[in-house]
Amino acid sequence: MNPDLTYDFIVDKENNVITVKREFAAGVPLVWDAYTKSEILDQWWAPKPWKAETKKMDFKVGGTWLYAMRGPAGEEHWSIAQYTTIEPQKKFIGVDAFTDSNGTINPELPQSTWEVTFAPKGEHTLVEMKITYPSLAQLEETIKMGFKEGLAMGMENLDALLPTLKK
Amino acid sequence: MRRDVFQAIADPTRRAIILLIALQAMTPNALAAHFDTSRQAVSKHLRILTECDLLKQKQTGREIYYELNGTKMKEIDKWIEQFKKIWDNRFTQLDDVLLTLKNKKK
Repeated sequence: MNPDLTYDFIVDKENNVITVKREFAAGVPLVWDAYTKSEILDQWWAPKPWKAETKKMDFKVGGTWLYAMRGPAGEEHWSIAQYTTIEPQKKFIGVDAFTDSNGTINPELPQSTWEVTFAPKGEHTLVEMKITYPSLAQLEETIKMGFKEGLAMGMENLDALLPTLKK
Repeated sequence: MRRDVFQAIADPTRRAIILLIALQAMTPNALAAHFDTSRQAVSKHLRILTECDLLKQKQTGREIYYELNGTKMKEIDKWIEQFKKIWDNRFTQLDDVLLTLKNKKK
C-alpha cells in the first residue's frame, strides 16, 4: 500500500457503521468512473485471487448492479447493489444485498447501505464510504464472510502485489 | 450455554454495562443503580455477558464483582482487522487500475 495516501478505517460499534476513507492518486472524474462503471469495477472490486464479474449494470436511481464474486476453486457469491441516490461525481447511495444468479435477494444474509462521497484533494480524490448495517449481528456476519475471502488470498498474492507497489 | 460474543454486544444496555465495567470492576447492585430497568433485568444481561466470556466474576468478601475479560474483547477487533485487510487489498488494486487508466489517457 502506498504510505503517502490517506487511509482511515473506523468501526463504530455503537451505531453499526464502518467508515472507510481513502485517497487515490487520480482526479474525481476517473475515480468516479472506477466506482460506477462495471468494466472498471470488475478489475478491482474482488480481492485477489477472487474475480468480480458483472452480469448487469444500470447505474441510475432505481437501477442495480448485479455481479458475482468468483473464487479460485470455482466458488461464486452473487450480490446486488440497488442505487437510491446519485449526484454525479459527488456522491451515490446504494443498498447492498446477497442474491442468487438471478438477483433474487437472500433475506437471511446481511444487507448494508453504502454512502460513497467523492471530494477533490489537490490532483487527488478523497473517497469516503459509510457502510451502515441494520444490526451489529449483520455487521459480524459480513466480517465473517470477508474473513473467508481473506483467507483465500494466499501468500503468492502478496508476492504478486509487491513489485507493483514498488513502482 | 455458549453464546456468540457479537450477540452480547448487540444490545445497547449490555454495551453500556461493558463500558461501565471497563472503567472499574462493579457489583450487580452498583451497576443496577445506573439503569432504570429492574435489578433482574440487569442480572440477566450480566448472565449473558458472562456466558459469552466477556465478563469474569470475582469474589471479594461477600460481594461478587464483575470485571472485563480483555482477551474476548480482542476477538472482535480481530474480525475487524480481517475486514480492513480486504479493503487494503481492493484499494491497492484500484490504485493500479487508476494508474493504467491515467496512462491510457496520456
